[in-house]
Amino acid sequence: MITKKTVDHLGWLARIKLTEEEKEKFPDQLNSILDYFEKLDEVEADVSPTHHVLGLTNVFRDDVAGQSISQEDALGNAPRKERGYFKGPRII
Amino acid sequence: MKEVIIGLEVHVQLNKLRSKLFCSCSTQYHDSEPDTHTCPVCLGLPGALPVTNGKAVDNAIKVALALNCNIEEWTMFYRKNYYYPDLVKGFQISQYDYPIATNGSISLDMEGGERIIRIKRVHMEEDPGKLVHVGTIDKSRYSLIDYNRSGMALLEVVTEPDLRTPKEARLFLNKLKNILEYLDVFDSSLEGSLRVDANISLAGGARAEIKNISSYKGVEKALLFEIVRQNNLVRRGVKVVQETRHFDEVRGITISLRTKEGEEDYRYFPEPDLVPITIADRVDDIKKTLPELPDAKRQRFVLQYGISDNHAKVLISELGLANFFETVATEVDANLSATWVADILKGELNYRDLDISAFSPNHMVQILQVLKKDTITENGAVQVIRTILDEGGTPSEIVKIKSKDLLKMDVDASENITLRVIEENPGAFQDFCKGKNEAMHFLMGQVMKETHGTVNRSTVIELLNKSKKEKLQNAPDNHREA
Repeated sequence: MITKKTVDHLGWLARIKLTEEEKEKFPDQLNSILDYFEKLDEVEADVSPTHHVLGLTNVFRDDVAGQSISQEDALGNAPRKERGYFKGPRII
Repeated sequence: MKEVIIGLEVHVQLNKLRSKLFCSCSTQYHDSEPDTHTCPVCLGLPGALPVTNGKAVDNAIKVALALNCNIEEWTMFYRKNYYYPDLVKGFQISQYDYPIATNGSISLDMEGGERIIRIKRVHMEEDPGKLVHVGTIDKSRYSLIDYNRSGMALLEVVTEPDLRTPKEARLFLNKLKNILEYLDVFDSSLEGSLRVDANISLAGGARAEIKNISSYKGVEKALLFEIVRQNNLVRRGVKVVQETRHFDEVRGITISLRTKEGEEDYRYFPEPDLVPITIADRVDDIKKTLPELPDAKRQRFVLQYGISDNHAKVLISELGLANFFETVATEVDANLSATWVADILKGELNYRDLDISAFSPNHMVQILQVLKKDTITENGAVQVIRTILDEGGTPSEIVKIKSKDLLKMDVDASENITLRVIEENPGAFQDFCKGKNEAMHFLMGQVMKETHGTVNRSTVIELLNKSKKEKLQNAPDNHREA
Protein backbone atom coordinates (compact mmCIF):
# COMPACT_ATOMS: atom_id res chain seq x y z
CA MET A 1 0.00 0.00 0.00
CA ILE A 2 1.55 3.26 -1.15
CA THR A 3 1.03 6.20 1.16
CA LYS A 4 2.01 9.84 0.94
CA LYS A 5 5.08 8.94 2.96
CA THR A 6 6.13 6.28 0.41
CA VAL A 7 5.76 8.80 -2.40
CA ASP A 8 7.88 11.25 -0.48
CA HIS A 9 10.62 8.62 -0.06
CA LEU A 10 10.40 7.53 -3.72
CA GLY A 11 10.80 11.16 -4.74
CA TRP A 12 13.96 11.40 -2.65
CA LEU A 13 15.36 8.13 -4.08
CA ALA A 14 14.81 9.40 -7.63
CA ARG A 15 16.07 12.89 -6.75
CA ILE A 16 12.78 14.41 -7.97
CA LYS A 17 11.22 17.40 -6.21
CA LEU A 18 7.50 16.76 -5.73
CA THR A 19 4.97 19.46 -4.96
CA GLU A 20 2.50 19.08 -2.11
CA GLU A 21 -0.24 18.64 -4.70
CA GLU A 22 1.64 15.80 -6.44
CA LYS A 23 2.29 14.07 -3.14
CA GLU A 24 -1.48 14.05 -2.53
CA LYS A 25 -2.33 12.87 -6.03
CA PHE A 26 0.27 10.12 -6.66
CA PRO A 27 -0.55 7.52 -3.95
CA ASP A 28 -3.94 6.68 -5.53
CA GLN A 29 -2.45 6.49 -9.03
CA LEU A 30 0.44 4.28 -7.95
CA ASN A 31 -1.87 2.04 -5.91
CA SER A 32 -4.12 1.45 -8.91
CA ILE A 33 -1.05 0.39 -10.92
CA LEU A 34 0.00 -2.00 -8.16
CA ASP A 35 -3.53 -3.40 -8.04
CA TYR A 36 -3.24 -4.16 -11.74
CA PHE A 37 -0.15 -6.28 -11.00
CA GLU A 38 -2.32 -8.48 -8.82
CA LYS A 39 -3.58 -10.03 -12.04
CA LEU A 40 -0.29 -11.97 -11.99
CA ASP A 41 -1.57 -13.87 -8.96
CA GLU A 42 -3.98 -15.64 -11.31
CA VAL A 43 -1.05 -17.31 -13.14
CA GLU A 44 -0.38 -20.94 -12.18
CA ALA A 45 2.43 -21.11 -9.62
CA ASP A 46 4.51 -23.70 -11.52
CA VAL A 47 5.35 -21.40 -14.44
CA SER A 48 9.11 -20.83 -14.49
CA PRO A 49 10.17 -17.21 -14.14
CA THR A 50 11.23 -15.18 -17.15
CA HIS A 51 14.65 -13.80 -16.43
CA HIS A 52 15.20 -12.34 -19.83
CA VAL A 53 13.05 -11.71 -22.89
CA LEU A 54 15.67 -12.34 -25.60
CA GLY A 55 16.17 -16.08 -25.06
CA LEU A 56 19.92 -15.61 -25.61
CA THR A 57 22.70 -16.69 -23.26
CA ASN A 58 26.48 -16.26 -23.13
CA VAL A 59 27.11 -13.18 -25.23
CA PHE A 60 30.77 -12.29 -24.66
CA ARG A 61 33.58 -10.27 -26.10
CA ASP A 62 37.28 -11.16 -26.00
CA ASP A 63 39.49 -9.53 -23.41
CA VAL A 64 41.16 -7.10 -25.80
CA ALA A 65 41.82 -3.48 -24.94
CA GLY A 66 40.55 -0.99 -27.48
CA GLN A 67 40.56 2.74 -28.00
CA SER A 68 39.09 5.04 -25.35
CA ILE A 69 37.80 8.53 -26.04
CA SER A 70 39.88 11.61 -25.25
CA GLN A 71 39.76 13.43 -21.94
CA GLU A 72 38.32 16.43 -23.77
CA ASP A 73 35.48 14.34 -25.22
CA ALA A 74 34.87 12.59 -21.90
CA LEU A 75 34.43 15.94 -20.18
CA GLY A 76 32.56 17.46 -23.14
CA ASN A 77 29.11 17.22 -21.54
CA ALA A 78 30.18 17.98 -17.99
CA PRO A 79 28.59 21.12 -16.58
CA ARG A 80 31.48 21.50 -14.15
CA LYS A 81 35.03 20.24 -14.39
CA GLU A 82 38.41 20.95 -12.85
CA ARG A 83 41.94 19.83 -13.82
CA GLY A 84 40.67 16.98 -16.01
CA TYR A 85 38.20 15.74 -13.40
CA PHE A 86 34.43 15.91 -13.36
CA LYS A 87 33.34 18.16 -10.54
CA GLY A 88 30.49 16.85 -8.42
CA PRO A 89 28.61 17.65 -5.26
CA ARG A 90 30.15 17.10 -1.88
CA ILE A 91 28.95 13.72 -0.69
CA ILE A 92 27.77 12.36 2.68
CA MET B 1 34.51 -8.38 27.23
CA LYS B 2 31.70 -9.27 24.85
CA GLU B 3 32.32 -11.55 21.89
CA VAL B 4 33.11 -9.66 18.69
CA ILE B 5 31.40 -10.72 15.47
CA ILE B 6 32.93 -9.67 12.17
CA GLY B 7 31.92 -10.31 8.58
CA LEU B 8 33.68 -8.89 5.54
CA GLU B 9 32.64 -7.87 2.05
CA VAL B 10 35.84 -7.77 0.06
CA HIS B 11 35.92 -6.08 -3.35
CA VAL B 12 38.87 -7.14 -5.45
CA GLN B 13 39.65 -5.82 -8.89
CA LEU B 14 40.28 -8.48 -11.51
CA ASN B 15 43.06 -6.18 -12.64
CA LYS B 16 45.08 -8.73 -14.60
CA LEU B 17 42.44 -8.44 -17.33
CA ARG B 18 43.37 -6.23 -20.26
CA SER B 19 39.97 -4.60 -20.65
CA LYS B 20 37.12 -3.51 -18.39
CA LEU B 21 34.11 -5.70 -17.51
CA PHE B 22 31.59 -4.36 -20.05
CA CYS B 23 33.66 -2.31 -22.51
CA SER B 24 37.07 -2.54 -24.14
CA CYS B 25 38.65 0.41 -22.31
CA SER B 26 42.13 -0.51 -21.10
CA THR B 27 42.70 -1.42 -17.45
CA GLN B 28 46.17 0.18 -17.52
CA TYR B 29 45.14 3.59 -16.23
CA HIS B 30 47.16 3.77 -13.04
CA ASP B 31 49.78 6.24 -14.24
CA SER B 32 47.40 8.23 -16.44
CA GLU B 33 45.65 11.56 -16.31
CA PRO B 34 42.07 11.42 -14.95
CA ASP B 35 39.24 10.57 -17.35
CA THR B 36 41.50 9.34 -20.16
CA HIS B 37 40.40 5.67 -20.09
CA THR B 38 36.68 5.99 -20.67
CA CYS B 39 34.11 5.44 -23.41
CA PRO B 40 30.34 5.85 -23.78
CA VAL B 41 29.76 2.55 -21.91
CA CYS B 42 31.80 3.27 -18.77
CA LEU B 43 30.71 6.91 -18.79
CA GLY B 44 27.09 5.74 -18.89
CA LEU B 45 26.16 7.81 -21.95
CA PRO B 46 22.64 7.21 -23.29
CA GLY B 47 22.31 4.36 -25.77
CA ALA B 48 25.64 2.72 -24.97
CA LEU B 49 25.40 -1.05 -24.60
CA PRO B 50 27.54 -3.18 -22.29
CA VAL B 51 29.03 -6.50 -23.54
CA THR B 52 30.49 -8.89 -20.96
CA ASN B 53 34.22 -9.66 -20.98
CA GLY B 54 34.27 -13.48 -21.25
CA LYS B 55 37.62 -13.78 -19.54
CA ALA B 56 36.30 -11.84 -16.54
CA VAL B 57 33.69 -14.56 -16.08
CA ASP B 58 36.34 -17.27 -16.40
CA ASN B 59 38.55 -15.53 -13.84
CA ALA B 60 35.60 -15.20 -11.48
CA ILE B 61 34.92 -18.94 -11.81
CA LYS B 62 38.60 -19.65 -11.11
CA VAL B 63 38.40 -17.68 -7.87
CA ALA B 64 35.15 -19.34 -6.88
CA LEU B 65 36.70 -22.78 -7.40
CA ALA B 66 39.79 -21.83 -5.40
CA LEU B 67 37.51 -20.68 -2.56
CA ASN B 68 35.80 -24.09 -2.53
CA CYS B 69 32.48 -22.59 -3.62
CA ASN B 70 29.46 -24.16 -5.25
CA ILE B 71 29.39 -22.84 -8.78
CA GLU B 72 25.82 -22.11 -9.81
CA GLU B 73 24.28 -23.52 -13.00
CA TRP B 74 23.83 -20.07 -14.46
CA THR B 75 24.15 -16.47 -13.43
CA MET B 76 22.85 -13.04 -14.41
CA PHE B 77 23.38 -9.35 -13.77
CA TYR B 78 21.11 -6.88 -11.98
CA ARG B 79 20.90 -3.15 -11.73
CA LYS B 80 21.49 -1.78 -8.26
CA ASN B 81 20.03 1.71 -8.19
CA TYR B 82 21.44 4.58 -6.18
CA TYR B 83 22.77 8.05 -6.74
CA TYR B 84 26.35 8.82 -5.95
CA PRO B 85 28.75 11.00 -7.94
CA ASP B 86 31.15 8.11 -8.67
CA LEU B 87 28.36 6.07 -10.29
CA VAL B 88 27.81 7.23 -13.86
CA LYS B 89 24.46 5.64 -14.69
CA GLY B 90 22.58 6.08 -11.43
CA PHE B 91 22.90 2.31 -11.05
CA GLN B 92 25.68 -0.21 -10.72
CA ILE B 93 25.61 -3.41 -12.76
CA SER B 94 25.96 -6.04 -10.08
CA GLN B 95 24.52 -9.40 -9.08
CA TYR B 96 21.71 -10.19 -6.66
CA ASP B 97 19.89 -13.49 -6.85
CA TYR B 98 21.87 -16.01 -8.86
CA PRO B 99 25.40 -14.86 -7.97
CA ILE B 100 28.18 -16.75 -9.70
CA ALA B 101 29.01 -18.90 -6.65
CA THR B 102 27.97 -19.59 -3.04
CA ASN B 103 28.99 -21.54 0.07
CA GLY B 104 32.77 -21.56 -0.04
CA SER B 105 35.47 -21.39 2.61
CA ILE B 106 38.97 -20.24 3.40
CA SER B 107 41.09 -21.98 6.00
CA LEU B 108 43.19 -19.82 8.31
CA ASP B 109 46.23 -21.05 10.14
CA MET B 110 45.86 -19.60 13.63
CA GLU B 111 47.94 -20.17 16.74
CA GLY B 112 45.11 -22.21 18.24
CA GLY B 113 44.86 -24.38 15.10
CA GLU B 114 42.98 -24.24 11.83
CA ARG B 115 39.97 -21.87 11.52
CA ILE B 116 37.47 -22.24 8.70
CA ILE B 117 35.92 -18.98 7.55
CA ARG B 118 32.82 -19.60 5.48
CA ILE B 119 32.28 -17.66 2.25
CA LYS B 120 28.62 -16.82 1.73
CA ARG B 121 28.81 -15.74 -1.88
CA VAL B 122 31.04 -14.50 -4.67
CA HIS B 123 29.64 -12.16 -7.27
CA MET B 124 30.76 -9.94 -10.14
CA GLU B 125 30.08 -6.24 -10.50
CA GLU B 126 31.47 -3.12 -12.11
CA ASP B 127 33.71 -0.73 -10.22
CA PRO B 128 32.50 2.85 -9.77
CA GLY B 129 34.78 5.80 -10.51
CA LYS B 130 37.18 7.27 -8.01
CA LEU B 131 36.27 10.27 -5.88
CA VAL B 132 39.03 12.67 -5.05
CA HIS B 133 38.15 14.72 -2.02
CA VAL B 134 39.31 18.24 -1.69
CA GLY B 135 40.23 18.28 1.98
CA THR B 136 38.90 15.57 4.30
CA ILE B 137 35.78 13.55 3.43
CA ASP B 138 33.55 15.21 6.03
CA LYS B 139 34.70 18.75 5.34
CA SER B 140 35.25 19.04 1.57
CA ARG B 141 32.91 21.40 -0.28
CA TYR B 142 32.82 19.37 -3.48
CA SER B 143 34.33 16.23 -4.97
CA LEU B 144 36.35 15.59 -8.11
CA ILE B 145 35.66 12.39 -10.03
CA ASP B 146 38.00 10.29 -12.16
CA TYR B 147 36.11 7.68 -14.17
CA ASN B 148 39.20 5.76 -15.36
CA ARG B 149 38.31 3.10 -12.78
CA SER B 150 34.63 3.08 -13.76
CA GLY B 151 33.66 -0.30 -15.20
CA MET B 152 36.70 -2.25 -13.98
CA ALA B 153 35.74 -5.86 -13.22
CA LEU B 154 35.24 -6.37 -9.51
CA LEU B 155 34.67 -9.53 -7.58
CA GLU B 156 32.85 -9.21 -4.28
CA VAL B 157 33.66 -11.94 -1.79
CA VAL B 158 31.24 -11.99 1.14
CA THR B 159 32.06 -13.95 4.29
CA GLU B 160 29.68 -15.32 6.89
CA PRO B 161 30.09 -13.50 10.24
CA ASP B 162 32.75 -16.03 11.26
CA LEU B 163 35.65 -13.74 12.12
CA ARG B 164 36.22 -12.99 15.80
CA THR B 165 39.16 -10.59 15.98
CA PRO B 166 40.63 -7.79 13.86
CA LYS B 167 43.78 -9.89 13.50
CA GLU B 168 41.74 -12.77 12.06
CA ALA B 169 40.24 -10.31 9.59
CA ARG B 170 43.72 -9.25 8.50
CA LEU B 171 44.88 -12.86 8.15
CA PHE B 172 41.77 -13.63 6.11
CA LEU B 173 42.57 -10.79 3.72
CA ASN B 174 46.19 -11.89 3.41
CA LYS B 175 45.10 -15.43 2.61
CA LEU B 176 42.57 -14.22 0.05
CA LYS B 177 45.19 -11.99 -1.58
CA ASN B 178 47.61 -14.92 -1.60
CA ILE B 179 45.10 -17.18 -3.38
CA LEU B 180 44.14 -14.50 -5.91
CA GLU B 181 47.79 -13.88 -6.79
CA TYR B 182 48.43 -17.61 -7.23
CA LEU B 183 45.49 -17.66 -9.66
CA ASP B 184 47.13 -14.83 -11.62
CA VAL B 185 43.92 -12.78 -11.65
CA PHE B 186 44.95 -10.05 -9.22
CA ASP B 187 47.80 -7.63 -8.64
CA SER B 188 47.60 -6.34 -5.08
CA SER B 189 50.30 -3.73 -5.63
CA LEU B 190 48.03 -1.53 -7.74
CA GLU B 191 46.27 1.35 -6.03
CA GLY B 192 42.59 0.70 -5.35
CA SER B 193 42.90 -3.02 -6.09
CA LEU B 194 41.15 -4.03 -2.88
CA ARG B 195 38.44 -2.37 -0.84
CA VAL B 196 36.66 -3.78 2.14
CA ASP B 197 33.33 -3.19 3.84
CA ALA B 198 33.45 -4.61 7.36
CA ASN B 199 30.42 -5.50 9.46
CA ILE B 200 31.12 -5.59 13.15
CA SER B 201 29.01 -6.01 16.26
CA LEU B 202 29.39 -7.01 19.87
CA ALA B 203 27.35 -10.09 20.80
CA GLY B 204 23.71 -9.08 21.20
CA GLY B 205 24.22 -5.56 19.84
CA ALA B 206 23.44 -3.86 16.52
CA ARG B 207 26.11 -3.93 13.83
CA ALA B 208 27.99 -1.12 12.21
CA GLU B 209 29.04 -1.38 8.59
CA ILE B 210 32.35 0.35 7.93
CA LYS B 211 32.47 1.21 4.25
CA ASN B 212 35.28 1.39 1.77
CA ILE B 213 38.41 0.62 3.76
CA SER B 214 41.18 0.62 1.22
CA SER B 215 44.15 -1.06 2.89
CA TYR B 216 44.89 -4.32 4.67
CA LYS B 217 46.21 -2.53 7.74
CA GLY B 218 43.24 -0.13 7.58
CA VAL B 219 40.81 -3.01 8.08
CA GLU B 220 42.50 -4.10 11.29
CA LYS B 221 42.74 -0.51 12.56
CA ALA B 222 39.12 0.33 11.73
CA LEU B 223 37.89 -2.82 13.48
CA LEU B 224 40.03 -2.16 16.58
CA PHE B 225 38.59 1.34 16.74
CA GLU B 226 35.01 0.07 16.37
CA ILE B 227 35.43 -2.46 19.19
CA VAL B 228 36.56 0.31 21.51
CA ARG B 229 33.78 2.65 20.36
CA GLN B 230 31.01 0.06 20.74
CA ASN B 231 32.35 -1.14 24.10
CA ASN B 232 32.40 2.44 25.36
CA LEU B 233 28.77 2.94 24.32
CA VAL B 234 27.73 -0.25 26.08
CA ARG B 235 29.64 0.75 29.23
CA ARG B 236 27.85 4.10 29.31
CA GLY B 237 24.51 2.35 28.81
CA VAL B 238 24.01 3.83 25.31
CA LYS B 239 22.51 1.54 22.68
CA VAL B 240 24.68 0.80 19.62
CA VAL B 241 22.63 1.74 16.55
CA GLN B 242 22.80 -0.04 13.22
CA GLU B 243 24.49 2.35 10.83
CA THR B 244 26.99 2.87 8.06
CA ARG B 245 30.34 4.38 9.01
CA HIS B 246 33.32 5.70 7.14
CA PHE B 247 36.89 4.92 8.16
CA ASP B 248 39.16 7.95 8.20
CA GLU B 249 42.54 6.35 7.52
CA VAL B 250 44.55 9.42 8.51
CA ARG B 251 42.90 9.91 11.89
CA GLY B 252 42.31 6.19 12.47
CA ILE B 253 38.66 6.67 13.46
CA THR B 254 35.24 5.78 12.04
CA ILE B 255 32.57 8.41 11.40
CA SER B 256 28.81 7.95 11.06
CA LEU B 257 27.63 8.48 7.48
CA ARG B 258 23.90 8.83 8.21
CA THR B 259 22.80 7.19 4.94
CA LYS B 260 19.10 6.94 4.35
CA GLU B 261 19.20 4.01 1.94
CA GLY B 262 18.29 0.50 2.99
CA GLU B 263 18.49 -2.75 0.98
CA GLU B 264 15.00 -2.38 -0.55
CA ASP B 265 15.86 1.13 -1.69
CA TYR B 266 18.34 -0.26 -4.22
CA ARG B 267 15.39 -1.51 -6.30
CA TYR B 268 17.38 -4.36 -7.84
CA PHE B 269 16.01 -5.56 -11.16
CA PRO B 270 17.47 -7.73 -13.95
CA GLU B 271 19.83 -5.83 -16.26
CA PRO B 272 17.90 -5.89 -19.57
CA ASP B 273 21.02 -5.10 -21.65
CA LEU B 274 22.89 -8.25 -20.61
CA VAL B 275 21.77 -11.82 -21.20
CA PRO B 276 22.11 -14.67 -18.66
CA ILE B 277 25.33 -16.68 -18.54
CA THR B 278 25.46 -20.45 -18.18
CA ILE B 279 28.50 -21.27 -16.08
CA ALA B 280 28.25 -24.92 -15.04
CA ASP B 281 29.41 -26.02 -18.48
CA ARG B 282 32.59 -23.92 -18.25
CA VAL B 283 33.70 -25.26 -14.88
CA ASP B 284 35.39 -28.51 -15.98
CA ASP B 285 37.70 -26.78 -18.45
CA ILE B 286 38.59 -24.06 -15.97
CA LYS B 287 39.28 -26.61 -13.23
CA LYS B 288 42.01 -28.07 -15.42
CA THR B 289 43.77 -24.70 -15.57
CA LEU B 290 43.84 -24.15 -11.80
CA PRO B 291 47.42 -23.86 -10.52
CA GLU B 292 48.68 -25.39 -7.29
CA LEU B 293 47.24 -23.25 -4.48
CA PRO B 294 49.07 -22.03 -1.35
CA ASP B 295 47.90 -24.75 1.08
CA ALA B 296 48.76 -27.56 -1.35
CA LYS B 297 52.15 -26.01 -2.07
CA ARG B 298 52.93 -25.76 1.64
CA GLN B 299 52.21 -29.47 2.12
CA ARG B 300 54.25 -30.40 -0.92
CA PHE B 301 57.25 -28.33 0.21
CA VAL B 302 57.33 -30.15 3.53
CA LEU B 303 56.97 -33.57 1.89
CA GLN B 304 59.16 -33.08 -1.15
CA TYR B 305 61.99 -31.02 0.33
CA GLY B 306 61.82 -32.12 3.95
CA ILE B 307 61.82 -28.51 5.16
CA SER B 308 60.03 -27.35 8.31
CA ASP B 309 56.36 -26.36 8.14
CA ASN B 310 57.29 -22.92 9.47
CA HIS B 311 59.67 -22.34 6.58
CA ALA B 312 57.11 -23.68 4.11
CA LYS B 313 54.51 -21.28 5.53
CA VAL B 314 56.77 -18.27 4.94
CA LEU B 315 57.87 -19.45 1.50
CA ILE B 316 54.35 -19.94 0.15
CA SER B 317 53.15 -16.55 1.43
CA GLU B 318 54.17 -15.06 -1.93
CA LEU B 319 54.16 -16.98 -5.18
CA GLY B 320 57.40 -15.28 -6.26
CA LEU B 321 59.13 -16.35 -3.07
CA ALA B 322 57.90 -19.94 -3.44
CA ASN B 323 59.19 -20.13 -7.02
CA PHE B 324 62.50 -18.55 -5.97
CA PHE B 325 62.93 -21.18 -3.27
CA GLU B 326 62.23 -24.04 -5.66
CA THR B 327 64.78 -22.74 -8.16
CA VAL B 328 67.43 -22.50 -5.45
CA ALA B 329 66.50 -25.78 -3.75
CA THR B 330 67.04 -27.77 -6.94
CA GLU B 331 70.68 -26.55 -7.03
CA VAL B 332 71.73 -26.62 -3.38
CA ASP B 333 70.60 -28.34 -0.20
CA ALA B 334 66.85 -27.70 0.33
CA ASN B 335 67.04 -27.07 4.07
CA LEU B 336 69.90 -24.63 3.68
CA SER B 337 67.93 -22.92 0.88
CA ALA B 338 64.81 -22.70 3.03
CA THR B 339 66.70 -21.10 5.91
CA TRP B 340 68.50 -18.61 3.70
CA VAL B 341 65.48 -17.66 1.61
CA ALA B 342 62.77 -17.66 4.29
CA ASP B 343 64.75 -16.31 7.23
CA ILE B 344 67.64 -14.26 5.92
CA LEU B 345 66.89 -13.04 2.41
CA LYS B 346 63.21 -12.38 3.22
CA GLY B 347 64.26 -10.36 6.27
CA GLU B 348 66.74 -8.29 4.26
CA LEU B 349 64.07 -7.66 1.60
CA ASN B 350 61.44 -6.67 4.14
CA TYR B 351 63.89 -4.30 5.79
CA ARG B 352 64.38 -2.56 2.44
CA ASP B 353 60.69 -2.80 1.46
CA LEU B 354 61.66 -4.80 -1.62
CA ASP B 355 60.08 -7.83 -3.18
CA ILE B 356 61.73 -11.05 -4.19
CA SER B 357 62.10 -9.91 -7.80
CA ALA B 358 64.91 -7.64 -6.50
CA PHE B 359 67.19 -10.67 -6.05
CA SER B 360 68.32 -13.27 -8.56
CA PRO B 361 67.90 -16.94 -7.62
CA ASN B 362 71.19 -17.60 -9.44
CA HIS B 363 73.03 -15.29 -7.07
CA MET B 364 71.49 -17.07 -4.12
CA VAL B 365 72.64 -20.41 -5.51
CA GLN B 366 76.20 -19.08 -5.93
CA ILE B 367 76.30 -17.66 -2.41
CA LEU B 368 75.05 -20.89 -0.87
CA GLN B 369 77.52 -22.95 -2.88
CA VAL B 370 80.44 -20.85 -1.61
CA LEU B 371 79.04 -21.04 1.90
CA LYS B 372 78.74 -24.82 1.66
CA LYS B 373 82.35 -25.09 0.53
CA ASP B 374 83.15 -23.30 3.75
CA THR B 375 85.12 -20.52 2.10
CA ILE B 376 82.97 -17.71 3.48
CA THR B 377 81.30 -17.44 6.86
CA GLU B 378 77.59 -17.10 7.40
CA ASN B 379 78.19 -13.50 8.34
CA GLY B 380 80.11 -13.05 5.09
CA ALA B 381 77.22 -14.52 3.09
CA VAL B 382 74.83 -12.05 4.74
CA GLN B 383 77.22 -9.24 3.80
CA VAL B 384 77.20 -10.39 0.17
CA ILE B 385 73.37 -10.38 0.13
CA ARG B 386 73.27 -6.90 1.63
CA THR B 387 75.86 -5.59 -0.81
CA ILE B 388 73.92 -6.96 -3.80
CA LEU B 389 70.71 -5.34 -2.54
CA ASP B 390 72.31 -1.99 -1.68
CA GLU B 391 74.99 -1.58 -4.31
CA GLY B 392 74.39 -4.26 -6.94
CA GLY B 393 77.04 -6.63 -8.31
CA THR B 394 77.43 -10.38 -8.46
CA PRO B 395 78.46 -12.67 -5.60
CA SER B 396 81.82 -13.56 -7.18
CA GLU B 397 82.73 -9.89 -7.73
CA ILE B 398 81.80 -8.96 -4.19
CA VAL B 399 83.67 -11.87 -2.68
CA LYS B 400 86.75 -10.85 -4.71
CA ILE B 401 86.60 -7.17 -3.70
CA LYS B 402 85.80 -7.73 -0.06
CA SER B 403 87.72 -10.94 0.27
CA LYS B 404 89.63 -9.72 3.29
CA ASP B 405 86.40 -9.34 5.25
CA LEU B 406 84.40 -12.15 3.78
CA LEU B 407 86.67 -15.10 3.20
CA LYS B 408 86.83 -17.43 6.06
CA MET B 409 90.13 -17.21 7.86
CA ASP B 410 92.22 -20.29 7.69
CA VAL B 411 92.50 -22.18 10.91
CA ASP B 412 96.09 -21.08 11.53
CA ALA B 413 95.19 -17.39 11.44
CA SER B 414 92.17 -18.05 13.66
CA GLU B 415 94.37 -19.88 16.12
CA ASN B 416 96.92 -17.05 16.26
CA ILE B 417 94.26 -14.50 17.04
CA THR B 418 92.57 -16.71 19.61
CA LEU B 419 95.87 -17.37 21.36
CA ARG B 420 96.63 -13.66 21.39
CA VAL B 421 93.24 -12.91 22.92
CA ILE B 422 93.93 -15.52 25.61
CA GLU B 423 97.32 -14.00 26.30
CA GLU B 424 95.93 -10.49 26.55
CA ASN B 425 93.09 -11.52 28.85
CA PRO B 426 94.61 -13.90 31.40
CA GLY B 427 91.93 -13.19 34.01
CA ALA B 428 89.09 -14.02 31.68
CA PHE B 429 90.86 -17.16 30.51
CA GLN B 430 91.35 -18.22 34.11
CA ASP B 431 87.63 -17.78 34.72
CA PHE B 432 86.85 -19.69 31.55
CA CYS B 433 88.95 -22.59 32.76
CA LYS B 434 86.94 -22.59 35.95
CA GLY B 435 83.88 -23.11 33.79
CA LYS B 436 82.44 -19.57 33.84
CA ASN B 437 80.14 -19.05 30.88
CA GLU B 438 80.39 -15.25 30.83
CA ALA B 439 84.14 -15.54 30.47
CA MET B 440 83.67 -17.72 27.39
CA HIS B 441 81.30 -15.13 25.89
CA PHE B 442 83.80 -12.39 26.65
CA LEU B 443 86.68 -14.20 24.95
CA MET B 444 84.49 -15.07 21.98
CA GLY B 445 83.49 -11.42 21.70
CA GLN B 446 87.14 -10.35 21.67
CA VAL B 447 88.00 -12.85 18.93
CA MET B 448 85.01 -11.76 16.84
CA LYS B 449 86.00 -8.13 17.28
CA GLU B 450 89.55 -8.83 16.13
CA THR B 451 88.44 -10.86 13.12
CA HIS B 452 85.36 -8.80 12.19
CA GLY B 453 83.29 -11.93 12.57
CA THR B 454 85.11 -13.88 9.90
CA VAL B 455 85.75 -16.96 11.99
CA ASN B 456 83.24 -19.62 12.90
CA ARG B 457 82.13 -19.65 16.50
CA SER B 458 82.62 -23.42 16.61
CA THR B 459 86.27 -23.04 15.56
CA VAL B 460 86.90 -20.56 18.36
CA ILE B 461 85.19 -22.76 20.93
CA GLU B 462 87.35 -25.67 19.79
CA LEU B 463 90.49 -23.57 20.13
CA LEU B 464 89.51 -22.26 23.55
CA ASN B 465 88.80 -25.77 24.79
CA LYS B 466 92.09 -26.99 23.38
CA SER B 467 93.97 -24.22 25.24
CA LYS B 468 92.05 -24.99 28.40
CA LYS B 469 93.01 -28.66 28.19
CA GLU B 470 96.65 -27.77 27.65
CA LYS B 471 96.63 -25.37 30.55
CA LEU B 472 95.11 -27.96 32.86
CA GLN B 473 97.64 -30.60 31.77
CA ASN B 474 100.51 -28.19 32.41
CA ALA B 475 99.23 -27.44 35.88
CA PRO B 476 98.64 -30.79 37.56
CA ASP B 477 97.84 -29.15 40.91
CA ASN B 478 94.98 -27.25 39.41
CA HIS B 479 93.93 -30.38 37.65
CA ARG B 480 93.67 -32.27 40.87
CA GLU B 481 91.73 -29.48 42.46
CA ALA B 482 89.35 -29.41 39.51
